[in-house]
Amino acid sequence: MKARQIIVPLVAVIVFLIAWEALVWIMGWPNYKMASPSDLIPAYERYWGLFLTMGWQTLWRTVAGLVLAVIFGVALGMVMGFSRTMRDALYPLLVGFNAVPKATVVPIVALMFVGWHDFNTVLIAFMISFFPIAVSVSIGLSTLEPEYRDILRSLGASQATIFWKIALPKTLPEFFGALKVAVTLAFIGTNLMEIVSPHGRGLGALFDSGKTNSDYPLMFAVLIALAFLGIVLYYIVVALEKTFAGWADRTV
Amino acid sequence: MMPDDMIDKLIDITAVRHSYRTASGPLPVLDGLELSVPEGGFVAVVGPSGCGKSTLTRLVAGLLIPDEGEVRVHGTRITAPRSNVGMAFQNPVLLEWRTILQNVLLPLEIVPNKLSRAEARDRARRLLALVGLDGFEDKRPSELSGGMKQRASLCRALIHQPEVLILDEPFGALDAFTREDLWQTMHKVKAEEPFTGVLITHDLRESIFLADRVVVLSSRPARTQFVLDIPDTGLRTLDDLYTPEAAERLNILRHQIEVAQGRTPAGDAA
Ligand SMILES: Nc1ncnc2c1ncn2[C@@H]1O[C@H](COP(=O)(O)OP(=O)(O)OP(=O)(O)O)[C@@H](O)[C@H]1O
Ligand SMILES: [Mg+2]
Repeated sequence: MKARQIIVPLVAVIVFLIAWEALVWIMGWPNYKMASPSDLIPAYERYWGLFLTMGWQTLWRTVAGLVLAVIFGVALGMVMGFSRTMRDALYPLLVGFNAVPKATVVPIVALMFVGWHDFNTVLIAFMISFFPIAVSVSIGLSTLEPEYRDILRSLGASQATIFWKIALPKTLPEFFGALKVAVTLAFIGTNLMEIVSPHGRGLGALFDSGKTNSDYPLMFAVLIALAFLGIVLYYIVVALEKTFAGWADRTV
Repeated sequence: MMPDDMIDKLIDITAVRHSYRTASGPLPVLDGLELSVPEGGFVAVVGPSGCGKSTLTRLVAGLLIPDEGEVRVHGTRITAPRSNVGMAFQNPVLLEWRTILQNVLLPLEIVPNKLSRAEARDRARRLLALVGLDGFEDKRPSELSGGMKQRASLCRALIHQPEVLILDEPFGALDAFTREDLWQTMHKVKAEEPFTGVLITHDLRESIFLADRVVVLSSRPARTQFVLDIPDTGLRTLDDLYTPEAAERLNILRHQIEVAQGRTPAGDAA
């Protein structure tokens, strides 16, 4: 069972890489049109040190943005989940904020806090990813069947007790669902800022330098590295979900 | 028969009137509600759908304070939830992330009590065995059938030895056979773990089988329309539902429900 869980995805990745290599070879694409996996290996070899430092930059900023998004999103979701008035007041604002394409916000933030590259990047990662978390928590709390509340309230439990014992655990499956979406979004945010910022750092900046130097294999190598980081973060969230909300999984 | 001037009324509801505030103005739900339950009594409340039965249970639990009139438990006027009630609903609302045993123990995490951890667990196990759930202590609610969940929910309502047990259509969603099984379980539980209870139900047979008094409420806004006492004849069995006395009681109650629904004028014979 365990081995199967590792081997199956691994085979899928290998098949994907072979198909990619074959496609490029059959079509006879030059590497500025479409790099092939065999072009990537030299790119990684040449820039290995850069990939490590830049990858680290991107990773910690994304995680920092996510942590902020979770703290703020859960708080906002709680406020909206418990108070009808706050929900009515904040929802339109939130939806409007979320509807603004973040690609247009990135240059504004980059100019606003020019020179504060770390801050900028974390801020965008946060801004782009808190929305699904806030919405999921508020929906989870506001759709709690009244009987759950009544069982505890009739025993004299405080609102805080009801939150910790029932509302929070019951919302966890939705929360983790939203967190998976948020991970991907936070990555997009971090990279947008890293690409747009002059003198940026991180994988986004490495991608940008590949572009200016017409180093196409480098650009593709960055994409693959981003995909890899995304997968790692995603599965960390899945592991957390298994630990804290595994009870919700009915397929086992 | 229970005389009306009984002094030891554990639950005493007098002249209660209550409205909900809704978008289209106040909705009167209870108007002139009278209900008393002696210590150890078990009262069934029946009435047309939407008449205010669940509202009544929320008043007794202190989850709702009436606009007028008063609700007393043990002589104390109820103005806020107190820890001395146990509740079970049609929806068993078990916590899916807890085992059955942990679910039953939940009230003891909130209500102050003198039980040690081991004693609490022993008591929970004993209650689960009493309702026929021995061996299911470590299962999750999702692994139980509807009837079993309801049994677990009943144990949770009783674990802290509440003064008042409030059951709001607990068997309403179960099939007929499971329901009759649970009726018998209720008698067993009442013999072992005496409680004072209020049972809301739509099933007249259930009301006369389980309760020692049946109260019929009028349609909304509900007032106490009719009270039928069921004499204590010792242990009841399902056969007791097919005696001439039972048929007579069911007839009377059916007639009262029709009156409550406005389908029959009050004067007509049943
Ligand atoms: N929180 C509330 N706000 C506004 N109206 C409510 C509220 N709760 C109940 N009502 C209304 O009050 C009336 C009585 O409700 P209640 O739940 O007490 O009836 P019920 O007798 O238990 O009904 P049922 O037989 O369907 O269980 C219904 O018309 C219901 O729509
Ligand atoms: Mg009801």
